[in-house]
Amino acid sequence: MLDDFFIRALIAGIGVAFVTGPLGCFVVWRRLSYFGDTLAHSALLGVTLAYSMEFNIAFSVFIISSLIALTLIQLQKRTNLPGDALLGLLAHSSLAVGLVVIGFLSFIRFDIMGLLFGDILAVTVDDLLIIWIGGALILLVLKLIWKPLFASTVNYELAEAEGLNPDRAKAIFTILMAAIIAISIKMVGLLLITGMLIIPAAMARNISSSPQKMVMYSIIGGLLSVILGLFSSLEFNTASGPSIIAASLFLFILSLLNIKQSIKLKN
Amino acid sequence: MSSDQNILVKLNKAGFSLNNKWLVKGVSLQVEKGKIVTLIGPNGSGKSTTAKIALGIYKKIDGSVEKYTNKVGYVPQKISIDWTLPLRVNDFMVLTESLDKESIDEALSLTGVIHLKDKNLGDLSGGEFQRVLLARAISKKPELLVLDEPVQGVDFTGEIALYELIKKISDELNCGILLISHDLHTVMSATDHVVCLNGHVCCSGSPMDVAKNNEYKALFGEQASQILSRYEHRHDHVHTSEGEIKKN
Repeated sequence: MLDDFFIRALIAGIGVAFVTGPLGCFVVWRRLSYFGDTLAHSALLGVTLAYSMEFNIAFSVFIISSLIALTLIQLQKRTNLPGDALLGLLAHSSLAVGLVVIGFLSFIRFDIMGLLFGDILAVTVDDLLIIWIGGALILLVLKLIWKPLFASTVNYELAEAEGLNPDRAKAIFTILMAAIIAISIKMVGLLLITGMLIIPAAMARNISSSPQKMVMYSIIGGLLSVILGLFSSLEFNTASGPSIIAASLFLFILSLLNIKQSIKLKN
Repeated sequence: MSSDQNILVKLNKAGFSLNNKWLVKGVSLQVEKGKIVTLIGPNGSGKSTTAKIALGIYKKIDGSVEKYTNKVGYVPQKISIDWTLPLRVNDFMVLTESLDKESIDEALSLTGVIHLKDKNLGDLSGGEFQRVLLARAISKKPELLVLDEPVQGVDFTGEIALYELIKKISDELNCGILLISHDLHTVMSATDHVVCLNGHVCCSGSPMDVAKNNEYKALFGEQASQILSRYEHRHDHVHTSEGEIKKN
């Protein structure tokens, strides 16, 4: 059954959605969407490196994205440039360097569109293993750092004062971000990964009253987006990434209807 | 005199500077079990900074801090909850420590906000939020409580009740409290030790001692000092805008 590329894509997408749900909530809560974009842009460099050295893509993307995240932390300490300028600097320079390197690797055929927007045909059984094992690891670590990470998201000083070590939680979360980008790049494509993180979480915010519910709805939203998106991708022969993101946008718009109702009820 | 093992946190000539400007300098104080230490001083005198030094929030400090407990409850002066975070009072109560339902209900009842348990934090008034903050800090039965203006925005009768509650908690839990307050009447009646700050320690001692102190009077005016004392002195130095101290 796993020979069927569509089934493989579906299993891969479902695995990705389970992880992007909770991580996406933290991206929205901690205002990290541009940070996610930066890591995703730098992933191109990781991919080219993987191709040129015949290395596993997910692994090399994870290494490069983590390095970029560490570089960002160092830059923040050393310059007074605002955070968004530093993010832009890293995002575009790493994307540019990645593209330049591709130019040098003319002997390898690259599917640029597939890299940018995802390619369900490219998902192999190995990728499934990486997504599900990697995803389970990410969720496990997130569960372990949940309390300090969540507490410091609400209020950093409170978490620090009451002995939760928020700095360590933040550093680990950064690594988790690099990891989710690494395992989902083939599915969604590097330009749209942040959408997969943010849009289901934003949809969930509109309909939830507690953090746990928001995480749950965010996962459900991600799952529905993957299933809807992949079926329409098959039906209309569109790229998988954009189809999934368009489906999540559709769910987000539906959630806005709910919010209008609740505002009416209040008045 | 109490023995050393009662000390929960001790500051030795502690100071903190930001962008080459001292927020507070040379502060020595200690909080012991069952005692309430109150920081007073004008705006910008370094009260909150001193509390954050004691809590270990500021790490690159001058001098040293010795902390002998990890069971800390903190009510910060300012806290804002973003709309993107759906957070009910009940979720907020277990933010830093998992608690059973009884402990949550007990703490919320003590501060009079048990009826708000399922409300969204964003929908609370300033006074209600303050009561929730205090409930959260005491619910984990800490050894050290740091309260940075814990009753701001609370109505008058509530204010008295909450200060009585704070006094009661300090007795019942035998916990040490570092309190920052603007209400001099309360400070004088409920506190064991007062530290008057103005970028440095102006004076410290029992409420009675401090009320008699000339520097305290210079900071707060005649009326404030008459709350407990008619003792008179002259202020022997002035504070410049850079935080320097000049003798008259």
